[in-house]
Amino acid sequence: MQRAASELARFQTASDQSLLVYFGRQITLGAHQRVRKLLGLLEREPIAGVRNLNPAYCSILVSFDALRLNHRGLEEILRGYIDRLDAMQIPTGRELQIPTCYGGEFGPDLGEVASLRGMTPDAVIELHASVTYIVYFLGFVPGFAYLGELPEALATPRLDSPRRSTPPGSVGIAGNQTGVYPFATPGGWRLIGRTPISMFRADREAMSFVSIGDRVRFTPISAAQFAATERG
Amino acid sequence: MSTIQVQTPGLQTTVQDLGRNGFGPVGVSPSGAADPISLRLGNRLVGNDESAAGLEMMLLGGTFSFPDGTILALTGSDFGAMLDDVRLNVGASVEARPGQTLRLGPTNSGARCYLCVQGGIAVTPFLGSASTHILSGLGGFEGRALRKGDVLRIGSATKPFRKRTIAPEASEHLSRRNVMRVTGGPQVDWFSESSLRSFYAGTYRVAEQSNRMGLRLEGPAITQLGAGQMITEGVSLGAVQVPAGGSPIILFVEQQTTGGYPKIANVIAADLHRVGQLRPRDEIRFEEVTFDASRSLLMEQEKLLASRELILE
Repeated sequence: MQRAASELARFQTASDQSLLVYFGRQITLGAHQRVRKLLGLLEREPIAGVRNLNPAYCSILVSFDALRLNHRGLEEILRGYIDRLDAMQIPTGRELQIPTCYGGEFGPDLGEVASLRGMTPDAVIELHASVTYIVYFLGFVPGFAYLGELPEALATPRLDSPRRSTPPGSVGIAGNQTGVYPFATPGGWRLIGRTPISMFRADREAMSFVSIGDRVRFTPISAAQFAATERG
Repeated sequence: MSTIQVQTPGLQTTVQDLGRNGFGPVGVSPSGAADPISLRLGNRLVGNDESAAGLEMMLLGGTFSFPDGTILALTGSDFGAMLDDVRLNVGASVEARPGQTLRLGPTNSGARCYLCVQGGIAVTPFLGSASTHILSGLGGFEGRALRKGDVLRIGSATKPFRKRTIAPEASEHLSRRNVMRVTGGPQVDWFSESSLRSFYAGTYRVAEQSNRMGLRLEGPAITQLGAGQMITEGVSLGAVQVPAGGSPIILFVEQQTTGGYPKIANVIAADLHRVGQLRPRDEIRFEEVTFDASRSLLMEQEKLLASRELILE
C-alpha cells in the first residue's frame, strides 16, 4: 500500500516558536538522507516566517516567528515538502581527509580508550583511521561535525566529568560517534588525537571545513607533520 | 567618525544586536542581546532602527568616554550610571558633550544594562550581524568582550537630539519577574508525574556558572523515568534541559545548537528577555501555560512595543 511520505514523519512541538520533525527514532542512513533532502528543499524554497533550521541525526528543528506562523500551519506546509522528498536527488558528499596526530599530548585519552576496549593504542589508531565516516550534521558549536559510524570496537562512553576546555582541533570519541572540536569549548568526549586543520573559519568562503553529507577519513600524521601543517 | 573609548570594560561588555538567525545548519547559534527588548527600546530612545548594535553590560558596567560627543540611552537594569557628575536613569535619551565620561557601577537590579548610541556601534558584521559569540570568538568587536583601551566606532548619526523616555506603564509591563512561564518540552513524557510536580512547585536558584550559553539552576532534582536513549537533536532557545544529575539548565542566546539531554519545558518567547535579566543567586519558579496563551502573551507584548505611546517625547 502506498503511503504519503509525510506519514513517515513525526511532528513534535519543541517550544512556542519551534517544531521538531522526526524521521524515525534511530540513527539510520535513510533518516539521514531525508534530513538532508528536507534541509536542501527548505533552503531552496524557504517558508516565510521560518527563522532557523537545526538538522541532526534523524530530525530537524524548525524555528519560526510565532507572530507569523503557528505549529499547525507550519506542520501542514512541511507535510507538503516532505511528500516531495522521494522524488528529490541530493548530491553525493565530497571525500575529505582530516590529517590527525594521534596520542601523546594531542590525544590524552588514547591510552584509556585502548585499555577500556582491550586493545593497543596503535590498534585504536589503525581502526579509527580505517573507516570512511559520514558527516551526519553540524551542530553544538560552529563547524562541529557529528561523524559516524564509529567501529563498534571503539565505542566508548563520555568522560564522567567533562573537561572545562578542549583544545581546538581535538579529535574525540563519544559512544559510537567521533568528531573534531573546532573551538576551545567544554567537552566530555574522549580525546584520541588532534588535527592542525581549522575546522571553522569565519574568513573562508565555506566557513566549515566539512558539510552535512560529506565523507571523511582521518589520516595519521606525525607531530612534525602536525607542526609543519600548522605553520603552513 | 565618532568613537567610544573604553576606559574600563566592566565584567563582560559585548557588542550585541538582535542576533544572526538562519545558520543552524553550520552550528552557529543566533547569539544577540540577552534582553532584546531593552536593546530595542534603547535604540528607539536614540532614534535608531530597533536592530542597531549596542553594548551589553553584565552585572558590573564599564567606564566610557566620547571624544566627539554622542546621543545615548541606557536601558535594562540600573547600573548606577553617572555622566560626569550627573546621575543618569535608565530609559531616557541624553546628550553627551565631547569629552564627557560615562561611568557605570555594579547593578542595582537585574543582570544586564544596555548602552545605545545614535548611529549604533559600527563593527564588521559576521553573517549579517554585529553580535558577539564569545565561545567561538566570532562577531562583535574582535569576537570578544571589550578590554581597556578598545576604541569603538559609532555609525553615522545626523538627527538632532530629542529628549525621549519610556512610558512608565511600559516599564511596568516589562519589569522583572521571578516566575518564568513555560510550555511543555519535547521530552516531557520522559519525566514522572512527581518530577513534574516538583519542577513546577519548586524554587530554583540561578547558579554562579551561568552565562550567555545557559543558566544552570539549583533546586529540586528532576529524575527521568529512564527508559529512553536520547538521540542528539536541535535545541530551541529557552529550552529547559535536564542532564543526568537532575539539575535543569536553561539554554540561552549563545546556546549549543544541538544537544542530547531531554527537555522538560521551554521558556515562552514573551519571557525570554526576562531570562536575560536573571542574576546568579536569583530565585525563580516555573509556571506552565498553553501554546495559545503564550502566543497571546507575545502578541500583546509586541503590540505594546509597537505602540506610539511607548516612547514619550
